[in-house]
Amino acid sequence: MTEQAPADHRRVDDRAVEYPRIVPVGDSAVLIEFGSGIDPVVNARVYTFAGRIEAAGNPAVVELVPTYRSLLVQYNPRENNYAEMSSFLNDLVSGLEDSPGSAAEPTVIELPVVYGGEDGPDIEAVAEHAGLSTEEVIEIHSGTGYRVYMIGFAPGFPYLGGLDERIACPRLKTPRTRVPAGSVGIAESQTGVYPNAGPGGWRLIGRTAVKLFDPHVTATNASPSLISPGSEVRFVPVKSHANV
Amino acid sequence: MPMFNGPVDERRVGRIRVIAPGPQSLIQDGGRTGFQHLGVSVSGAVDVDALNTGNRLVGNNPDAAAIEILLGGAEFVFEQTAVFALTGAETGATLDGVPLARNVSYSAHAAARLVLGMTGPGQGLRAYLAVAGGIDTPEVLGSRSTHVASEIGGVDGRALTAGDSLQIGEPPDAATSGNVFTSTGEGVKVPGSASGSREFSELPAVNVRVVLGPQDDEFSPNGIRTFLNSTYVVTDQSNRQGLRLDGPEVESRTGRYDIVSDAVVNGSIQVPGDGRPIVLLADRQTTGGYAKIATVATADLPLLGQAAPGTSITFASISVEESQELLAARSKRVLDPEPGRVVDPFSVRVDDQHVSVGVVENETARFDHVTHIARIAQIAQIDGVAYPISAERYTPAE
Repeated sequence: MTEQAPADHRRVDDRAVEYPRIVPVGDSAVLIEFGSGIDPVVNARVYTFAGRIEAAGNPAVVELVPTYRSLLVQYNPRENNYAEMSSFLNDLVSGLEDSPGSAAEPTVIELPVVYGGEDGPDIEAVAEHAGLSTEEVIEIHSGTGYRVYMIGFAPGFPYLGGLDERIACPRLKTPRTRVPAGSVGIAESQTGVYPNAGPGGWRLIGRTAVKLFDPHVTATNASPSLISPGSEVRFVPVKSHANV
Repeated sequence: MPMFNGPVDERRVGRIRVIAPGPQSLIQDGGRTGFQHLGVSVSGAVDVDALNTGNRLVGNNPDAAAIEILLGGAEFVFEQTAVFALTGAETGATLDGVPLARNVSYSAHAAARLVLGMTGPGQGLRAYLAVAGGIDTPEVLGSRSTHVASEIGGVDGRALTAGDSLQIGEPPDAATSGNVFTSTGEGVKVPGSASGSREFSELPAVNVRVVLGPQDDEFSPNGIRTFLNSTYVVTDQSNRQGLRLDGPEVESRTGRYDIVSDAVVNGSIQVPGDGRPIVLLADRQTTGGYAKIATVATADLPLLGQAAPGTSITFASISVEESQELLAARSKRVLDPEPGRVVDPFSVRVDDQHVSVGVVENETARFDHVTHIARIAQIAQIDGVAYPISAERYTPAE
């Protein structure tokens, strides 16, 4: 791992939660939490565990959705009830702490970004919250590579960890109903890109013209997503979208 | 529509043309699973009971692609003979002027015109048009469901527009008119769907069963009480992605509502910073950064797909086991019963055509009266429900 895990400042009164913990998500899914914060070791554990479940080949498992610190397991309750699924997962989760995360060199993807102006309408608010100039926000944001912790929220939307705490900023209290495609945003100590126009609550600081997701991929085994979990994203400041 | 003019089997393949889509018509099937880890929304019909019921009436796989019609007000022409059924919201639909009942399969002749009226208050929000063979637009990532926000599926990732001509798949051998699900087994629930028009304010509250969690511990005991003991109202900022509710603020334990983003499911109830719950539905994003207080029982999700703005909602907490029992009962109710049959007890002459009048087999229902409709055909009123003549038996007037 190249970056330091940012401190988790959310659970100011953190209770003594034992991880990993298994909690129900309604009648057809279970969540296995490996921690409460953004941590590359915790994230690696999520993907290791997902691999174990896939290898186990339980026909009751419908779909896995790995995220920063937890794995959602969607299952068919006709095949396994909640007690059976919990027991299956409990058996698999033991000993996971000792297994190493992936050590492979990440693929680096560079995204040209126009910062501020109409491309990044919240950059002043982020700068004000940070007590910095907008130039400093740009310099800090584009000055490092980011680990792709997960893809979620929208097709090909990368959640990137490792944001400098100096420019962390809360989400909007009420989400926008429409965010333009390619918008680069900040939410707490996460940063990411909106591949398509849609609703969203992140603070927008810039925009890229690169297409992140193609649902019509035809090549066999090709991923519809430009960015995959485990790769590294770098933002490159540009003056305009003209040369993209 | 050059998009869908690929090679087709002239013998069997039909088409349906969109004359008017109404406020929004979308191709939806059982949903696009398997790509949530890449952020691809599942989408699919929001009233799965209605989708499954319609498809079963016409002999399709329960999750086959159908047309989800928001608020009705739509018009279609069958370009070839087809078997179809309408389920979900009541729209007062007609086929060439003949009133149609919901939850009955009909046979449409070539050039037959299907007209859906607008839904009234309390009659549900979305109607489903299932056609034998299914709507056969191209699959994208394994599904035909339309996700408008990411422009995936359906016709070019968008809602249907006037002039779209949609290919219909090869009808199953079992496709036939005259299948019916009656009220005891129809599996279609519409909030406040009792007879007559009602004002939104008079709609009964929809009681939704939920399993608390996965992040109910982010809320104060007071916040949980507020959530379970208050009445919330569906706002007009609601759509297929979710229902935004208005009502008392749900208090978080720490004053914060953000969590590290994690996965959400159909029916996840998240609470953003304004304290007002959002129930996520079919078009939800795959992950979200607001704490989730509860998850709707899968069996109750179709109710929410039919909840129009103004509908009151209350939440009741149940266990995972109870929620799974509800889901098993839902399968028995919606997926297991065989449809009843409309039989032909007699035929009548209309405009020199012999037409048959249907009545549901094995029902105690009796004919109330037979009504003359336009100059085309007749229908039977049975216990207040119109059962039209099977439409393949007559030639249209036009």
